[in-house]
Amino acid sequence: MKKTSRRDFIKISALGAGGLAMANPIMNWVPGFLPKEHKPIDESKAKRFPTFCEVCFWKCAGFTYLNEDGKIQKIIGNDKDPHSNGRFCPRGTGGVGMYYDNDRLKQPLKRVVENGKSTFKPISWDEALDYIADKMKGIAKAHGPESMALLYHASSGSYFKHLMKAYGSKNIAKPSYAQCLGPREAGFVATYGAGVSSPEPTDVKNTKCLVLIGNHVGENMHNGYVQEVSDAIDRGASIITVDPRFSTIASKSKFWLPIKPATDMALLLSWIHVLIYEGLFDEKYVKQYTFGFDELKVHVKNFTPEWAYTKTDIKPEQIRNSAYEMAKASPAVIVHPGRHTTWYGDDTQRTRAIAILNALLGSYGKKGGWYFAEKKKVPHYPSPAYPHPHWTWKDITRPTYKSAGTGISNDLIKASLPNDKSEHKIKGWLVVGTNLISTVPDQKITLEAIQNLELMVVVDTMPMEITGYADIVLPECTYLERYDDIRSSQNRFPNIALRMPAAEPRWESKPGWWMARELALRLGLEDYFKWKNVEEQLDWKFKQMGTSLKEMQKIGVKTFEKDKDMYLAEGEEYYFNTDTGKIELYSLDLEAKGYDPMPKYTEHKQPEEGFYRLIYGRAPMHTFGRTANNPNLTDLMDENKLWVNPKVAKLLYLEPDQEVWLKNQDGVISKFPIKVRITERIRYDSVYMVHGFGKDNTKLKRSYGKGASDSDLITNVKIDPIMGGTGMRENFVEILMDNPHKEEARS
Amino acid sequence: MRYAMAMDTKKCVGCSDCVVACQTENNVPHGFCRDWIVENVDGVYPNLELEIRSERCNHCDNTPCVRTCPTGASHVIEGGIVKVTHAECIGCGACIQACPYDARYFHPDGYVDKCTFCDHRVAKGQDTACVSVCPTKCLYFGDLEDENSPVSKVLKNRKWKVNAPEAGTKPQLYFLI
Amino acid sequence: MKEELFASGRNIPFIDPVLHIWHWQIPLYLFVGGLAAGLIFFASYFYLKGDEEKYPIAVKVAPFLAPIVIIIGLIALLIDLRHPAYFWQLYTTIRIESPMSWGAWTLGAIMPLSMLWPLSYIKDLQAYFDNRLCKMPFKLISWIIKMINRYWFINWIYDWSIKLRKPIAIINLVLAIILGVYTGILLSAFNARPLWNTSLLGPLFLVSGISTGAAAIMWMAKEHHEKLAFSKIDLILVGVELFFIVHMFMGFLASTAVQQEAAQLFLGGEFTAVFWGLFVGAGLILPAILEIMELFHFKIPIAIPAFLILLGGLVFRFIMVDAGQITRYLY
Repeated sequence: MKKTSRRDFIKISALGAGGLAMANPIMNWVPGFLPKEHKPIDESKAKRFPTFCEVCFWKCAGFTYLNEDGKIQKIIGNDKDPHSNGRFCPRGTGGVGMYYDNDRLKQPLKRVVENGKSTFKPISWDEALDYIADKMKGIAKAHGPESMALLYHASSGSYFKHLMKAYGSKNIAKPSYAQCLGPREAGFVATYGAGVSSPEPTDVKNTKCLVLIGNHVGENMHNGYVQEVSDAIDRGASIITVDPRFSTIASKSKFWLPIKPATDMALLLSWIHVLIYEGLFDEKYVKQYTFGFDELKVHVKNFTPEWAYTKTDIKPEQIRNSAYEMAKASPAVIVHPGRHTTWYGDDTQRTRAIAILNALLGSYGKKGGWYFAEKKKVPHYPSPAYPHPHWTWKDITRPTYKSAGTGISNDLIKASLPNDKSEHKIKGWLVVGTNLISTVPDQKITLEAIQNLELMVVVDTMPMEITGYADIVLPECTYLERYDDIRSSQNRFPNIALRMPAAEPRWESKPGWWMARELALRLGLEDYFKWKNVEEQLDWKFKQMGTSLKEMQKIGVKTFEKDKDMYLAEGEEYYFNTDTGKIELYSLDLEAKGYDPMPKYTEHKQPEEGFYRLIYGRAPMHTFGRTANNPNLTDLMDENKLWVNPKVAKLLYLEPDQEVWLKNQDGVISKFPIKVRITERIRYDSVYMVHGFGKDNTKLKRSYGKGASDSDLITNVKIDPIMGGTGMRENFVEILMDNPHKEEARS
Repeated sequence: MRYAMAMDTKKCVGCSDCVVACQTENNVPHGFCRDWIVENVDGVYPNLELEIRSERCNHCDNTPCVRTCPTGASHVIEGGIVKVTHAECIGCGACIQACPYDARYFHPDGYVDKCTFCDHRVAKGQDTACVSVCPTKCLYFGDLEDENSPVSKVLKNRKWKVNAPEAGTKPQLYFLI
Repeated sequence: MKEELFASGRNIPFIDPVLHIWHWQIPLYLFVGGLAAGLIFFASYFYLKGDEEKYPIAVKVAPFLAPIVIIIGLIALLIDLRHPAYFWQLYTTIRIESPMSWGAWTLGAIMPLSMLWPLSYIKDLQAYFDNRLCKMPFKLISWIIKMINRYWFINWIYDWSIKLRKPIAIINLVLAIILGVYTGILLSAFNARPLWNTSLLGPLFLVSGISTGAAAIMWMAKEHHEKLAFSKIDLILVGVELFFIVHMFMGFLASTAVQQEAAQLFLGGEFTAVFWGLFVGAGLILPAILEIMELFHFKIPIAIPAFLILLGGLVFRFIMVDAGQITRYLY
C-alpha cells in the first residue's frame, strides 16, 4: 500500500466558506432600474483611522477613510510620517484590495485524513488553539521548548516573538535576513560596527551622486527612498547605475554600466583602485576615521580598470569617468548597498567593498551621504523575565556563519530535517506571515523538513502555498482590521506610529496579538500577557513615551527630539563600534573569524550554451507574492513576463507573448508557462522576470497559474560563508517552447 | 481659469500609483482605468532610451468629444474640465470614437466615463487624486492662467511636449522632457 | 527596436487592444439609412419631375420599404446604446456640431414623412402585391386599407397625405440627401480615426446609399423600361463610387503617417481581400459588367446585379466601421 506523505500539499478549495462573499462596494448594484452611484467621499467629513501599511516592510503611516456606508474606501498617507511624507505607494494605496479580497482565509483549518486523502476541516478557534497548545506542551516535555521555532515576517510577529521567548525558545528567524538583506548588514557591521537596518539611513534627498549596484529603485517601490531619489533628480544629482538590465533608474542615470552579471566585485575593486591611486579619496576623512588604508592600497594595486574591463565588459573610460563623478560629489555621495544582496555567495564581501567605497569617499556620517539614524525605544510592557533556553539559534548557526547577526531561517529549517547526529533538533514550526515555499530557495529541503515536524502552524491572511502543508491554519485579519505593536523605525528623527483597525475582522479571522495571547493563556503564560486587551497594552506604552492611545488615534504619527547629531561635524571625534574604534577598511573581526579581511575577486559561473542566467526583480505595483492576488493590484499587473533579448528571440524563433516553459540546470521545470516579452532592455546572456507569480493554489483565483515562479527554479544556492546568506543568482535556464508536462504525461 | 496638468517624464518611474489612487478615489470598477502608464523603449542594447508617461484625458481646449456628443452629456465646466453627465449620456459611443487619446470608455453601468481632473477635489482647492499621491511628485496640476500655480511654473522652466498635437485638439496634459 | 506598451496593465473591454465599441448594429443602420435615403430620393425626385406614371414602382411602390428598414435601423441603434434608458435625451436638444444629433433629428423628421408617402399610395401597393407569390404583404396592406376605411382619423391622415404629396416630396428630397450624406459625415467627423478622416466619405456614402436604393427599385420594377432606366442610373452611380474610392485612397496615401497606415489595412492588410474582392469586385464591378451586358441585350436576371449591389453596400459599411475603429493616432 502506498504510504501517503504525512504532509502532502492540500489545495485549500471552497470548504464551506463561512458566510457569503462580501459584496465589493465599488461594484455594489442596488436592485432596481438604475444602479446606485457611489460619489467620491469628502475627506474633511469622512471617518478616518490611523494605520501603518503592511504591504511591505517600509510600513508607511497613513489614514484609512470610510465611505458613507461605513466601508473602507481608500488609504492616504499621513503628512507627518517621514516614511511616506503623506504619499503612499501604489501597493499601499491598493491595500484596500487586501481587505476586500474574497479569496482570503476565513476560518481556522485542521489537517485531517478522510478516505485516505488529506484535506482541511474548518474548526473553531478554541479547538485550534487547544490543539496547538497541547502539541507545544508535548514538544516542550519531550524535546524541550527550544525545539519550537518561529519563522515570521508579519508585524504581528512581535507578539508571537514575546510568546515564544516566554515559552522558552529563542529560535526565532525572519527569512528576510538570510534571503535578502543579511549580507549587507554583516558587511557594514564588519566595516562600520553598525548595520544598515531599515529604512536605510541614506541621505538621498541631499546627495549629489547616487551609485546603485543592482539596486532597481523605482521598480522597488521603497516609498521614502523613491521620493528622495525624485528630490535628488530635481536638484540635479547624478545617478550611476550598475545593472545588466536597463532598469527604470538606469534610464534616469548619468552613467549606466551594463555589467556582465556576477562580476560586480571586479568593478567595485577597480573603483577603489582608481580612487586610491588617482588620489581622489577624501584624505582627511580617511586619515581621521579609518584603519587599514595602507593594506587596502596594496591589496587593490592590480585591480585596474583595464583588468576590470576583462571581467565586467565595462570599458575602462567608463569605469574611470564614473569614479570621477563619485569623487567630484564627495562627501555628498552614496554608494548604495541595495537591499536584496544574496547573489553569489561572496555577498558580504561585496557589501564590504561598497562600505569601503563609501568610507574612501568620506560620505558616512556626512550630509548627502549617510546620516546617523535614530530610533525611539518602545518600552516593554511589564512581564516576568524570560526563561533561559538551553540552546538557541546561535548554537546552530554561529559555529559556521560566524557573523550572522540574527537567526537564520534556513538553519532552523535544516535543523528540522531528520538527522540523528545533531543534538539541536527543531520539532515544531510556527510560521507567521511568510510563504516559505516562495521565499526560501531549494524548496525540496523545506518540503523534506516539513515532513519531519510534529507540529506545523501557519498564520496567514491568504491561502499561500505554505498553508497547504500546515497541520493548523490560523486566519489572520489584515492590517486594516487590527491593532498591532507600535511602529518605531529608525529615521532622521525618532518617530512612532499607531495601527488601529478601520473595520471589524471579516469572517472569523483574528488579529495576531489575540492569537498569541490566547495561546499564552493555554500554555500557562498569563503573566506575560497581563493586559486584557491590546488597547490597554498600547496605551500603557504610549503613556511611557509621553503620549497616549487617544492622542495617537487622532494624529497617527508622533515625532520626537533627536538625542544625537545627524551628521559628523568637521573633524569631530567619533568612536565606531569596531575592534579598532575606527572604520575598518581592513577588518580585524573578519580576519579573527577566519574570513578574508579585505574583499577579493572570485570568478563566478557563467551560463553554458543554450542556457540563460535567471535574473529576478520587483515591480513597483507588487510586493512579490503577497499582493499577487490583490484585486486592485492585479488590475495593474496580473502576471510576470520573461524578458528576452531580441537576438535570443530570433535564435529561438520566439514571438511576443509566446508561452514558454523554463528548465534549469538541475532539470527542474517551471510548473506554469510564462509569456515572452522581447525587449532590448535585457542582456543576451540573461532572462529576467518579476518575482512572486506562478502561484500554485487554486483558491487564489486571480493569481493561480498566472506567470511562472522563479523560486521553483532556484535550486542552486550559493551560501555566504560569513553569515549564511543564500545566493540565488547562479541559476541558469533553458527556454522550452513545447509544454514539457504534457510530454511527460504522454511518455 | 484653465486647469492643466504636467508630468515629468524624467522622474516618473511608472509605479502606477496614480492609477490605483484614481480607482479608490473615484470608484473606478476593476478592469477599467481612467489613467494609465505608457512605456516607450528605443534603441539597441546597451544604447537605450526609456520614456515613461502617465496619461489620462487631456481635457483639451478644442474638444472633439464634446463637439460630437448628440445630447450634450459631454460638456466643459469652468476651468476647461471636460465632464460627462451620466443622466444625459445615452451610451452611443460617439465621444469614444472622437477621442484620439483613447481616454474614454464605457462604464459597466452604461454611461461613458473618463478622468474628471477630480473636479470634486479641485472645487475644494485640493489637487487631483493622482497628483496628491504620486511618490515621485512628478505630476503637477493647477491653473495655467495663474503664473504661480505649480503647472505654470514648471512649464515655464522645462521643455515639454503633448501627445498627438497634429490631431488639433489642443491637449492640456503636458509631458516634461 | 522600438517598444510601446501599457505598463499599468490597461486592458479596458472594447477599447484595448484595438477599439471595437461599434459592432454590427452601426453598419447595419448605416446601410439601412443609405437604402432608405436612396428610395425616398428617387421617389421624391421622379414625382417632382412628373414621371409618376413612367416609373410607377420607383414613386409609388418601392418607398414602402423605407419606413420598414428605417425602423429596423432604429432598433439596431437602440440595441447598440449602452445607456438605453436615457435614449430620449437625444430629442431634448439639437447640437449643430454633432453629426449624430443631426442624424437623430433627421431620422425623427423623415420617419413620419416616409410613412405618409407609401400610405398615400396604399391602393397601388395593394395592386402590386396582389399577384405576387408572397401573400403576407397583400394581406397586411388590405388590413391597413380596412383601417383607413374604418377609422375616421386614419382616413383623415390618408386624405392629407395625398393632398400634401408635393410639399412632402420636396421636404423628403432634402431630408433624403441629408440622410444619405450624414451617414458618411458621421464617420468622417471622427478625425481621431484616421481611416474615416476624409471628406470624401460623406459623398461616397451618399452615392452608395442612392445606388442601393436604385438597386432595390430595379429589383422590384415590373416593366422593362423602368428596370433599364434604373439599371443605367445604377451604372453611373457605380462609376462615381469607383471614382471616389480611387481618390479616397490617393488621398490617404498622400496624407499623414497615420492615414497611410490606415490605408495599408486595405493595401496588403487584413481587409484587402474582402474590400477589393467582395465589395469592389462583387459589389461594384461585377454588377456594372452585368448591367452593361444587359444594355447590349444579353438576358441577365435582374435579381443578380441588384442583390450584388445591395450586398456590396452592406459589406462596405461593415468593413468601414470595423477597419476605422482599428486605425488610431497613438499606441
